[in-house]
Amino acid sequence: MKKYYLNYLDELESEAIYVLREVWAQFENPVILFSGGKDSILVTHLAKKAFYPSKIPFSLLHVDTGHNFPETIAFRDDLVEKLGVKLLVGSVQESIDEGRVQEEKGKNATRNALQITTLLDAIEANKIDCAIGGGRRDEEKARAKERFFSHRDDFGQWDPKNQRPELWNLLNGKYFEGEHFRAFPISNWTEMDVWNYIKRENIQIPSLYFAHQREVVWRNNSWIPVSDFLKLDESEEVFSKKIRFRTLGDITITGGIESDADTLEKIAEEVSTMRKTERGDRSDDKRSETAMEDRKKQGYF
Amino acid sequence: MEISNNQLLRFTTAGSVDDGKSTLIGRLLYDSKSIFEDQLASVTATSSKKGHEGVDLALFTDGLKDEREQGITIDVAYRYFTTPKRKFIIADTPGHIQYTRNMVTGASTANAAVILIDARNGVIEQTKRHSFIASLLNIPHLVVCVNKMDLVEYSEGVFNKITAQFEEFSSKLLMKDVRFIPISALEGDNVVNKSKNMDWYAGGTLLNVLETLHISSDINKIDARFPVQTVLRPQSEEFRDYRGYAGRIASGIYRKGDEVAVLPSGFTSKIKSINTGEVEIEEAFAPMSVALTLEDDIDISRGDMIVKKNNQPEPSQEFDVMLCWLNNDAAKPRAKYVIQHTSNEERAMIKSVVYKVDINSYEREEGDDSLQMNDIARVKIRTTRRLMIDSYRDNRNTGSIILIDEGTNETVAAGMII
Repeated sequence: MKKYYLNYLDELESEAIYVLREVWAQFENPVILFSGGKDSILVTHLAKKAFYPSKIPFSLLHVDTGHNFPETIAFRDDLVEKLGVKLLVGSVQESIDEGRVQEEKGKNATRNALQITTLLDAIEANKIDCAIGGGRRDEEKARAKERFFSHRDDFGQWDPKNQRPELWNLLNGKYFEGEHFRAFPISNWTEMDVWNYIKRENIQIPSLYFAHQREVVWRNNSWIPVSDFLKLDESEEVFSKKIRFRTLGDITITGGIESDADTLEKIAEEVSTMRKTERGDRSDDKRSETAMEDRKKQGYF
Repeated sequence: MEISNNQLLRFTTAGSVDDGKSTLIGRLLYDSKSIFEDQLASVTATSSKKGHEGVDLALFTDGLKDEREQGITIDVAYRYFTTPKRKFIIADTPGHIQYTRNMVTGASTANAAVILIDARNGVIEQTKRHSFIASLLNIPHLVVCVNKMDLVEYSEGVFNKITAQFEEFSSKLLMKDVRFIPISALEGDNVVNKSKNMDWYAGGTLLNVLETLHISSDINKIDARFPVQTVLRPQSEEFRDYRGYAGRIASGIYRKGDEVAVLPSGFTSKIKSINTGEVEIEEAFAPMSVALTLEDDIDISRGDMIVKKNNQPEPSQEFDVMLCWLNNDAAKPRAKYVIQHTSNEERAMIKSVVYKVDINSYEREEGDDSLQMNDIARVKIRTTRRLMIDSYRDNRNTGSIILIDEGTNETVAAGMII
């Protein structure tokens, strides 16, 4: 007898496609928040499936810190051209030049938190009423509380203690002027699910995820890539290591891991034996126990 | 880990901090090796800061700042783990009385509910409340864990007494599949690993039960229902005449060539093609997200439903629902709300309250028309236009509704159509 049930990856895919279609149906001007990382690439891939044979009906919004891996930008531009979608860029450098935000000082300075202002400005300027993100509930304890449709007030803030209950598959995307929503279609995916799916669908991802030789320094318990944006201490020694990245963020805060995994099969295999969470190598989350929750309340991704 | 053919099981856990719910979840995650080193390091550090000996498993489920400070769960949190047999999603819901709304939320998508009973206390009001909600939300499988068996000397007698207590009161509820497991979340007995302290118990561990529950039949595969989410009209030359109906199959199975009716118009046609992304398939079933095309050009838009010609839901403008009130603002008598049902949205009015249910005693209270936060009541609803409804018992997806207050845009109630 034929089995009429889905395996877990198909069920996650179906759920994500459902959410993406609800976004399109319920909002006027939704965009996909695109960082060039695997999660936003996955969301974009799912959007392609959700609307085929139509083109993806969302623009991509990239909040550009200026501290990018060059590979990420090349990948982004290539994907935008292939899909024929519009790219919107919110520039943190511009926010700094306009005096909207102040650059952090010191050795561990990053532009991570500065993105909040740029993101909210871009949402307002482009009249975006829903920003679709690749956030997952398994990533971090504050993210574990997220809804598929997550309300933001007219200051762009998240109120985790007063969220709308989300029952069955019924998503409530109603808002007042000035407010907006964040939508998280891959809420229920884990890092392992993402890799298994990327492998299964053979989705293209930036070369940074595969093991490669790179100049790095050992800082905050991970290998930080050497770049023009990184201020080195005299005591810090530059090594050449074979590494890969598990997550991609700012080049100044994204730590790599030593690895030989240079194919999707090897990466999936490696991830399944990992004993550390993927954000464990992100210094933006190490600042305090509630670093993510605090940033999210203000309007972070 | 290769689990490509494995199913996804969603379950909800109910119980208060005192029942050891957080410890149980921590134990499941820890013993199934789903805890990462940096999480363990962080929890170990916090445990010793708080003066605990060893690792306090309950800390693995800590969430927001306020929750950590107050030691309670405020909102539903979702946890994930995978074994070689299945992928699991836990909806971890708070057990306090004021948080019925969270329990209902967590239960709405669950295949199974895990209910915790403290072996020292037996069945208490909270147990009845949780069981009632599991039954009300029609969760297909119920797993009752009698916890803290280590504190009653792993006594078979205590376990049997509690099982009997539970069966007695739950006979008033509609439950299809109930299991009982004696466990100690703290010591790890019968959670992931079989207990060496309870030879008298012949059944499986909690994980073993969760891995083997038969869930393929949880979704209705008989009554085909396809709510249209959006219409795909590509602008490209190649697909100039393409008109696809995008949606997620709510229940049943659709095949190419099936004779279908489009509701509410009633026009009939045949399925011409079924697609998932670029791939054309011969048949599709719930809960797949697909795009359908039909042989005939019919005017179809969001909110319409494509069903089999010979099996149709009941179009209805007035119906009874079991309503859970979820908002701090009480229901306004005869006020109008937005009603969401599948992909359809209309306006609705609560005409009258038939009776309220006391979720501790299961007794009906008539003559009280007010609906406050956490109240559960049978009400009569009238909508501006007909909805294509099924009863919730038959169909969770086409038998459920939410009400939205237009003044605040908040979701104020969840309802199950009777």
